[in-house]
Amino acid sequence: MSLPSAYVTGAFEHPTRHAPDKSIAQLHAECALGAVADAGLSLGDIDGYFCAGDTPGASPLYMADYLNLKLRWLDGTESGGCSYLMHVAHAAAAIAAGQCNVALITLSGRPRSEGQATGTAPRAGNSSQADEPFETPYRPTIAGMYGMFAMRHMHEFGTTAEQLAWVKVSASRHAQHNPNALLRNVVTVEDVLASPVVCDGIRRLDCCVITDGGGAAILTRPEIARSLSRPLVRVAGTGHTMHTQNGGYIDAVRTGAAASGAAAFAEAGVTPRDIKYASVYDNFTIMVVMQLEDLGFCPKGQGGRFVAEGSLISGVGRLPWNTDGGGLCNNHPANRGGMTKLIEAVRQLRGEAHPAVQVKNCDIALAAGPGRVVGSGHGHATAVLVRE
Amino acid sequence: MTTPSMSDETLRSLTAAAPEIRPFWEAARRGELLLAHCTACNRPHWFPRVVCPLCGSRDIEWREACGRGTVYSVSVARRATPPYALAYVTLDEGPTMLTNIVDCDVDGIAIGQKVKVVFKDRPGALPAPMFTPA
Repeated sequence: MSLPSAYVTGAFEHPTRHAPDKSIAQLHAECALGAVADAGLSLGDIDGYFCAGDTPGASPLYMADYLNLKLRWLDGTESGGCSYLMHVAHAAAAIAAGQCNVALITLSGRPRSEGQATGTAPRAGNSSQADEPFETPYRPTIAGMYGMFAMRHMHEFGTTAEQLAWVKVSASRHAQHNPNALLRNVVTVEDVLASPVVCDGIRRLDCCVITDGGGAAILTRPEIARSLSRPLVRVAGTGHTMHTQNGGYIDAVRTGAAASGAAAFAEAGVTPRDIKYASVYDNFTIMVVMQLEDLGFCPKGQGGRFVAEGSLISGVGRLPWNTDGGGLCNNHPANRGGMTKLIEAVRQLRGEAHPAVQVKNCDIALAAGPGRVVGSGHGHATAVLVRE
Repeated sequence: MTTPSMSDETLRSLTAAAPEIRPFWEAARRGELLLAHCTACNRPHWFPRVVCPLCGSRDIEWREACGRGTVYSVSVARRATPPYALAYVTLDEGPTMLTNIVDCDVDGIAIGQKVKVVFKDRPGALPAPMFTPA
């Protein structure tokens, strides 16, 4: 692409995992300050702000007022957990178009303090959504929906619970090195299989954690990025999509990663083989397997075998993945994984991941994830980042 | 199968957010499963809409489904009391719908199993098409 590039110059993951004494606005503000400090900028430099439905008022207006940001560009794109990866694409486009120079993206929430049974409580319906009367009566839970994806994947491809467990095992091996991770204990395949079945296809250790906290990122124009002291991490390619229910002609073993990944790879001019590190949103182990297939890291249907070879373990496998411990072990603030995926990819490209999991010569990384589940449909976003 | 306890007024109230779908629920009250069928591309879709999601036509008419289908996937919620089966059922007419498999041993449900529709009377709520082993 010929558009001027944008650079990720600031990235901050809030260290908290339990914040009963902080408002969501405070968490957003602390994340914003963390990211601008990381970049070596100040709040006054921000002229573009991007946030999603987790933000107070579900609109960029409220945090912009709280922080008294002087903005030229606002974006409240809400697509669940992948919103922040979409924001990377939107911020890069806004920067390329000259609409802003310094873009701030924030995410925060406190589902742990609020006692949300995120995965196991039937989802609340919204009567303005046309599909609501065709979903709510059946008590679909997040875990139940992903359980059906897992059961179908097992049916079509012979994927096993043991293979899915390797995703959690890989995450736990990374999380042991992250002092902020909620779960730092290394687990085995046997541990995962011995954990209680939440619903068929999903055991407790197949599920991500529920944490308070958040994160933020700063994107800037190239000239600004070069004037700062941080390593240069360029947004090389982005893609996003809505993987719809297709009018009822669903395919529950495929994800939007096929479309968003292909777009991001094409724009970046790279292939899956070029990726040195991948952050792939791990709300449930099955979703990692399906996305790895759809992103092209292994053939469709071979994701279970791929992860069971230890492919995801840094220093061992061919695709070091979620080296912060991911959503399965480290952090899943606001029940949304996109921001933490971006942040660990930036750490890897900067060489700032924990030494035990840092990928050598990590110059091309990927961050990808889904957002929301609507029937079998979901949003999906992928970003390819390169270190210059 | 019918839900005589639901008055026309209650049904209107419960469908106020999407009045164009009311015929579906009126039929459901009679124990009939309707599909929104596009006469332009000759395909039914799910969930019902006034615009065909497959071809964009507004030529949609209601047609009664045969009420039979196949389990596309199923996951039993093991931590619920009692456990219940969340499922996708692919209707013989083509579309796949989210539903529950009911009136059976949840441990015996398998992908590929043939099922038939059964409407469940839910107090104060719209009757929901669910499925049971055929």
